[in-house]
This record gives sequence, structure tokens and C-alpha cells, in this order.
Amino acid sequence: MNESLLPGFIIAIPILGAALPLAFGLFRQQVGWAVAAVVLALETAVATVLAYFIYIDGQRVVHALGGENYGRREGAAGGYESEGFAVGIELVADALSGAMILLIATVALLVLAFSRRSGPRGNAFYSGYLLLTGGLMGVAMTGDLFNLFVFLEIVGLATYAMVASGRHASAAVAALKYLIIGTAGASLYLVGVGYLYVQTGTLNMVDVSNSLAGNPEWIDGPLYSDPLVLGAFAFIAVGLATKAAIYPLHTWQPDAYAESPDSVTIYISALVSTLSAYALARITWNVFTPEFFAATANAEWMLNGLLVLAGLSVLFGSLLAAMQRRVKRMFAYSSVAQFGLIVIAIGVAVHPAAGETATQFAVYGVVIHLLAHAIIKGGLFASAGAFRAGSHATTVSDYAGLAKQRPFLSAAVAVLGFGIIGVPPTVGFIGKWYIGVGAVQAGLWAIVFVIFASTLLTLVYIARILEKLYFDYQPEDAPAHAEASEAIATDGGNAEETTQSGFLGTTPSLSVGMLAVVAVATLLSVVLGFMGSELTDAVQPIADAVIENSPEVGSND
Amino acid sequence: MIEILTSRYTYLLFAILLVLGLYMVVASSNLVKKVIGLNLFQTAIFLFFVTTAYVAESGGEQGSAPVIPQDAQAYDPYASPLPHVIVLTAIVVGVALTAVALALIVRIYSEYGTLDEATLREVRADE
Repeated sequence: MNESLLPGFIIAIPILGAALPLAFGLFRQQVGWAVAAVVLALETAVATVLAYFIYIDGQRVVHALGGENYGRREGAAGGYESEGFAVGIELVADALSGAMILLIATVALLVLAFSRRSGPRGNAFYSGYLLLTGGLMGVAMTGDLFNLFVFLEIVGLATYAMVASGRHASAAVAALKYLIIGTAGASLYLVGVGYLYVQTGTLNMVDVSNSLAGNPEWIDGPLYSDPLVLGAFAFIAVGLATKAAIYPLHTWQPDAYAESPDSVTIYISALVSTLSAYALARITWNVFTPEFFAATANAEWMLNGLLVLAGLSVLFGSLLAAMQRRVKRMFAYSSVAQFGLIVIAIGVAVHPAAGETATQFAVYGVVIHLLAHAIIKGGLFASAGAFRAGSHATTVSDYAGLAKQRPFLSAAVAVLGFGIIGVPPTVGFIGKWYIGVGAVQAGLWAIVFVIFASTLLTLVYIARILEKLYFDYQPEDAPAHAEASEAIATDGGNAEETTQSGFLGTTPSLSVGMLAVVAVATLLSVVLGFMGSELTDAVQPIADAVIENSPEVGSND
Repeated sequence: MIEILTSRYTYLLFAILLVLGLYMVVASSNLVKKVIGLNLFQTAIFLFFVTTAYVAESGGEQGSAPVIPQDAQAYDPYASPLPHVIVLTAIVVGVALTAVALALIVRIYSEYGTLDEATLREVRADE
């Protein structure tokens, strides 16, 4: 079996599959869910095989798109050896993208179980769902800077459509806001890519990195101090930070998460920002490499600026989360804070102040916390969706005393909540631990302070929910409706038919699939918490590549 | 300075259009105008890519279109084809985005009866 074909299949299966629900829809209604289930089961199987080659065999699987005329080729041009620069687009599945591929495949299947009952129904929705999955796989695996832009936009377009699939028109407003800010972010990224292309003449990530380091013979020395390259990093960092919802560019995110249907919220909260942060990590670590940030004072200033924004993101995200009345908005702001932590660790890994151990721990922290956040936040949003489906509870005050009514869901929220705070033995603890230890090792004490402050602030809003669930017993027939409408008025007028009558009739009921999603997320967050050494072993090739300034993660040669 | 203005004016135009587009997105309260601003913003980037591909002069020869006949001399200066392909792809992406944005605006208009951001905020606050 030729494993180099697998990355191509992983992107092609969901994108081709996206046409099927619409095509079958000509003959039968409501066929979308079944088609999506079959396609994603196949996708998960292929992803598992690919993960086997990456992690068990220790390979770096590369697929050159376009057949045998493309790929890395030796040759002479203009009196220089081409040194095997890539022609065309490469798909790369290495230790960094492998984790994302497994995550996407798993989450896509699980959310399908959730959406069986909760909707949105309709074949077009499942076409968009598969398209989004394919786009995310592309972001994870592409080895080409411009191709990354295209996949980011495929993800963006599919996400805007999915957010807008909410019943209420406020979903359309949230989607339009997301579209305008997201497109501006992606366009800024494209400007950065343009600058890099002008300076290096290539778009392949590995080749750009080698050119920046001055390795090819037609480049005199490193290009790290070049203003175009410095500008390129600034544009790319701002563009991807917008997509990952880093303060102050996060404003699209709470609306988009809160207004979209529950199953869509789970999916995009677990994956869409995660893959943008992954792209930022990939480009910062493997394209620019730590040497770029050590080379000039300007680069170090930009990195410090990114760290400051990420730190503010942690503080403001947590504070705003603690102030929210609606549970989904609270979890959404919590994501702003968590992605602040991840971007902090991305920056610490390449910071000139970081030694080898600091870099190693920060890299562990990024990858593990990306996975941990996706699992835990997806689980929390699934619980919020299940609470709405089962008990029509959408605000924190609606949750009063629900632990008696829904003991299982409440316990899941407690475990997942402890996970997001970072209490051992959950996987949230491991990620946060490595991020914190990395910052301590690098001696960046302001960052260390922010990380520990974030833990306390996270405790504030998680404790609010748990206190309501377990200790705020309300007698039957409490005036929950009055409280709910008051909450709407104080929430900046973002209207939502929460407990208003009329919407109750259309609220889906609690299903086994929803509970299964919550259960799996809760179990994963605890089980992975005991697998710290396995996780760090899997991440080790990435840490080695960053320490060695190598653009290729886990290269065989 | 004059030399930059006469020979590199497209880069200047890129910067002006980029900022103009972004300003329009931020400052205009009309949703459709915001989308037009977004288009201007993207078009500025297309202009940047096309400009970088253009070879005004290399070795005393004018750069030509990147259509290479079989009997061409090696290394005639010609415009780089790759940025053109990138711009084509980016235009397609831009068209798709505009379509989705306009579809959302139609939905918003049919629901709230306004395209003005401030009015929309008022209408939604009243709900």
C-alpha cells in the first residue's frame, strides 16, 4: 500500500462526498445525515490508517498533488542548482498535522451523533458539513502557504453558511459579522503570503523556510532582517489571530458561537479556531523558525506584541466570560481566553529567551492544549445543547438546581469544567501545566502571572455554573421565565427565544446521541489526562524540529 | 521619490486601495457598502500580486506575457505566471464570499427591514 496517497484521499473524500447529499436529495428527502455518516466513517478509517503511519511508523507522509511531473525535482536553472525545490502543491502529514487529522475525524463523527436529533436537518446542511470537514483537513495538511489561504477560505465559507443555518435571523447577523471580520483576517494573511513570495520566490513552506534561512546558493545570507519578511510575519500573525479569535479581534466569535445551532456550535468551537491556531503555530515554528525571532530586535518586538495581545486575550476573555448570563456566550468567551493561552505558548516556544527545555515544554503545551480545548469545549457546548434540549435551560440562572433533574449531564459539566480550569487528572491540566512550565523555564514572569491568573478567573465562571447546578435548589414552579427574560434584556439585547413559549414546541428533545457525545468527551478528557507521557512522546518530533530550526517535522533523513 | 511615483505607482495604489477598503468596512454603516469595501480590500491585494509578477525590464528586454512558444530562447524575460494563477483563485474565493455575504444581507433585510447597522442594532435591541 502506498501511504503517500492517503493525504490526498483524506481531503478528497469529504469534499467529493459533499456533493452526494445534494445529489441524493433529488430523489429522497432527509438523506443527508446517512450520507454524511457513511462518508465520515470512511474518512475516520483513512485518518486512522494515516495516523498509524505517522505515529507508529514515525513517517513524514508527503503527497505531491498533480501527478509525477510535480513534487521535489532536482535541476539546473539560470546557472544554479534548484536544490530540489517543490513544484506544485505538497500535502504533508507529520506529527503536527496527524494530531489535527485525528481530532477532526473524531469530532466530525461525534457531532453527527449530536445533530441526528437536534438538527439542523436538510441535505444542504450536510453538504456544508462535509465541505467544512474537507476544508479543515486541508488546513491541517497543506504544505503550501497560498493553498492554506484557499483552505482557510473554504473553511470560512462553510462556517458562515453553517452559522447562518440557525432558525432566527440573528444567526444571519452573527454570520455576516463573522464573514466580514474573518475575510479581512484571511486577506491580511494573503498580504503576508504575498510579501514572502516576493522575497523568496516560492510558496512551499519548507522552501520558504530554507530561503529565509539563506540556504539556497542564489540567496546571500539569511533574509531575517528584511523589512518585507518582518512585515510578512506581522500580516500573517494578525490575520491568523483574527481567525483564532485573539483579543481585540475576537468580537465575531461570541455572536457566532451563541447564535448558531447547538450542533454547529460544538463543531466550530472544537475545530475552526483550533485549526487557525494550528496554522499560526505551523508558520511561526516551521516557516519563520526561532532563528527569525532571535535575529533582529524588531522580530522580538513583534513576538512580544503577540504575547501581550494573547495575555490580554486570556484576561479579558476570562473576565467577560464571568460576566455573561447565557451559558453559550460564557463558554464562547472562555474560548477567547483559552486561545490566548495557546498563542502564548506558540510565542514562548520561539521566544529568544526560551532555552531548549522551555521550547520543548511550550510545544507540548500547544499541541496538547489544542486537543484538550477542542475535546473539553466541544463537550461543554454539547452539555449546554443537551441542557437546552432536555430542560430548556440557556442562561446560568436557568441552571439552578438542575443537578437533581439531570445528574449525569451535571456531573459531565463538572468534570469538563474542572478540565478547562486545569485540575488534574484531566487533559486540560497537562496542557496548561506544560504551557506554565514552559513560560517559567523561559523566565517570562509576566506571562507566568497571566497563566496563573487565568486559572483563577476560569474557576470564577465555572464555579458560577457548578454553584447554580448543585447548590442553588429552587422549589418547583420557580419563576424561571421572569428571570430568563430579564437575562435577555441585560445581555446587550441579543435576543434569543430562550424560554419563551412558541419556541418550546420546536426545541428538540434530549437524545441518546447527545448524551453519548457528552459522555465520550468527558471520558476522553479524563482518559487522555492519564496518557501524558504517550502524548508527549507523540509530540516529541515537533519539539525537536522547533529546537533545531528545521522546517520539516519528523523528517526521515 | 518621483522615481517611485512614476515607476512604482501601482504599489502606492495597492496601499491606498487596501486602506480605503478597510476604512469602508469599518466606517460605513450600510451593510452592502461594507461588502463593497471588503471587495475593494481584496482587489487591492490582487493588484499587489499582479504588480509583483510584472517584469518591466530585464537585461534590456521588455517582459512579455507568459506564453512560451516551443522555439523560445531560454530565459526571455516574461511576466511570472504564478501570481496570475493565485489572483485567479483569489478572485473565485472573493466571488464566493460576496455571494454568501449578499445572501446573508437579503435574509437580514427580509427579517429586520433595514440595511443600516445602527438601525439594525436598535431593531434587535427592541426585540
